[in-house]
Amino acid sequence: MTHPLLSVEALTMRFGGLTAVDALSFEARAGEITAVIGPNGAGKTTVFNCITGFYRPTEGALRLTHASGATYPLASMAGHLITRRAQVARTFQNIRLFAGMTVLENLLVAQHNTLMPNVANGLLAVFGLGGHRRAERAAIEKAKLWMEAIGLTDRADDPAGSLPYGDQRRLEIARAMCTDPVLLCLDEPAAGLNPRESDDLSSLLMRIRDGRDVAGRCSLLLIEHDMGVVMRISDHVVVLDHGRKISDGTPEQVRADPHVIAAYLGEGDEGDDAVTEAAL
Amino acid sequence: MLRDAAVSAVIAFGLFGAMIGLKTEVGVQTIELTPRPYLVLAAVVLVFFGRLALLAWKKSRPAGTPKRGRITAVANKAGRYLTPVVLVLTITLPFYAERYYVDLGVLVLTYVMLGWGLNIVVGLAGLLDLGYVAFYAVGAYSYALIAQNFGLGFWTCLPLAGILAAFWGVLLGFPVLRLRGDYLAIVTLAFGEIIRVVILNWTSLTGGPNGLSGIPRPTLFGLVFNSSGGEGSFAEFFGIEPNISQRGIFLFYVILGLALLTNWVSLRLRRLPLGRAWEALREDEIACRALGIDVTVTKLTAFAMGACFAGFAGAFFATRQAFISPESFTFIESAIVLAIVVLGGLGSQIGVALAAVVMIGGGELFRDFQEYRMLIFGGALVIMMVVRPRGLVSGRTPSVSLGDKRHISADMMTEGHG
Repeated sequence: MTHPLLSVEALTMRFGGLTAVDALSFEARAGEITAVIGPNGAGKTTVFNCITGFYRPTEGALRLTHASGATYPLASMAGHLITRRAQVARTFQNIRLFAGMTVLENLLVAQHNTLMPNVANGLLAVFGLGGHRRAERAAIEKAKLWMEAIGLTDRADDPAGSLPYGDQRRLEIARAMCTDPVLLCLDEPAAGLNPRESDDLSSLLMRIRDGRDVAGRCSLLLIEHDMGVVMRISDHVVVLDHGRKISDGTPEQVRADPHVIAAYLGEGDEGDDAVTEAAL
Repeated sequence: MLRDAAVSAVIAFGLFGAMIGLKTEVGVQTIELTPRPYLVLAAVVLVFFGRLALLAWKKSRPAGTPKRGRITAVANKAGRYLTPVVLVLTITLPFYAERYYVDLGVLVLTYVMLGWGLNIVVGLAGLLDLGYVAFYAVGAYSYALIAQNFGLGFWTCLPLAGILAAFWGVLLGFPVLRLRGDYLAIVTLAFGEIIRVVILNWTSLTGGPNGLSGIPRPTLFGLVFNSSGGEGSFAEFFGIEPNISQRGIFLFYVILGLALLTNWVSLRLRRLPLGRAWEALREDEIACRALGIDVTVTKLTAFAMGACFAGFAGAFFATRQAFISPESFTFIESAIVLAIVVLGGLGSQIGVALAAVVMIGGGELFRDFQEYRMLIFGGALVIMMVVRPRGLVSGRTPSVSLGDKRHISADMMTEGHG
């Protein structure tokens, strides 16, 4: 179960003269929750944008390996194909729901590729052809399961924009899960949540990892600032600072790592290079 | 209040002073300026008291002004009962109305159809298209040229015109759909003009500014409509008096059928994955991409679908007029259709139909006012944008629901960022 799912190899991303991510390498294993942490501006979101196809990396390789053995070079794939073929889904730091569409509709849009394999099929459906009705029923069933998992069944027909913030966060995760991902990338899922809500979120993420009481299961990669959440749920933590990896290991190992403490307390900027080498 | 009104009056004086106050009269050799102080005075006084009345009305309203949401809810409820009434009135129109009104109905329905077609692009997919008339022109010229050069009839050419227009929609779409918002609007505007200029200058094919004439009229299963009757005519077949108004009525039902087809297809698409993807695209393009939706293909289908219906409408326009020239496809046509969609409420079918009736039908009825027509038109637009900025019928109904469908107010929706 613990084969490497995503391997990041010497990933470098430059914007003009600024090197946001510098020769970063790490692995995320299947069936685990991998957390990427680091101070503000460490390049976490840039790494995410590279993995999910929003940026094209300057150098380096991103390889995703399915349980079937198929591998996908994420760095050279078109954005929507990363979700469609390689089955990597993501959520956003600032929630990006379809605010004017209902909770149910949001979950159905996520199943677009299952419902409409190609344009011709989509147009045939206008005349009731192409087995669309059956697919739609299955999609609604799946959406129902997810609404149950996040406790929003009662609000299925309400516009997503009218939900409380915490519910919107969970809905965005459910929507991403409706694309049947093998890897779900979460960009600060606990941001702006109160302690109770972040507890709910932690349990939801662990349920998704283990496939308990939810309609799907997948590995997770998350960026998070809430150390409580990170330490509680992560199996593996990668720490970035100034675009480089400074630590990598279990939550306990990382917590004890002097480099991490230094980075978070703003000490020891000199000797950064040596630190990186040592951490590797 | 008085001070505010006085300021408005001064501004009005500044604006109208030269425009209304001075009239140029062309003499034999000279141009003379005639001052008209009383007209200026009238305008200024009108503005002064108008402003005063507006402020007084605003003040008299209770602090807790009625919410927009309530008006919207009432309008939507009315809309549900209005639709069948409007449909019945439209279908029976030729039975109780004079010929003039039937012809006007044909004109209005053409714009209703164009509005519904553009609604797919602007209202559902959120792509601001200012060159919609280009596809209308492609449809019209496709029909005219195919009919004249290959001798095909209206009903054969109709789908061809739609397909050709859709083809041009895709062709335009490929390079420009990576643009967003204002930039997309500018490029589509340019495309509309390019098509018109090409038609204008490609004299050998399109006849240039002289246009194409003698475009064949549509037939009903091979029966022709004419004023003389005779062999193979509609009147002869049914044994009735030949009358030219029969053709008008036939055309009315043809465009009614085409418009209802547009409506049916777009309503149907809204409930299907493709239509939902369009709406999702309008709400958030980046989220769509993250969900694995091919944004380019989705946009192209919206563009092609909208263009296809414009092509149908264009073919109908050509067969109705029997004469087309580039003058019928100027930018103002695009602007009118877009105004109909925006006034009616983006994404709302009945709203667009009502807006077309008001804009086109109203425009025709106000023809007697001549130059004041545009003034009334402009004033109506301004009032609409103040009173109902999201259009006559705003908001949307969910495309699918577990319980009963509740209306979603327009405040929730985002639009036009594509």
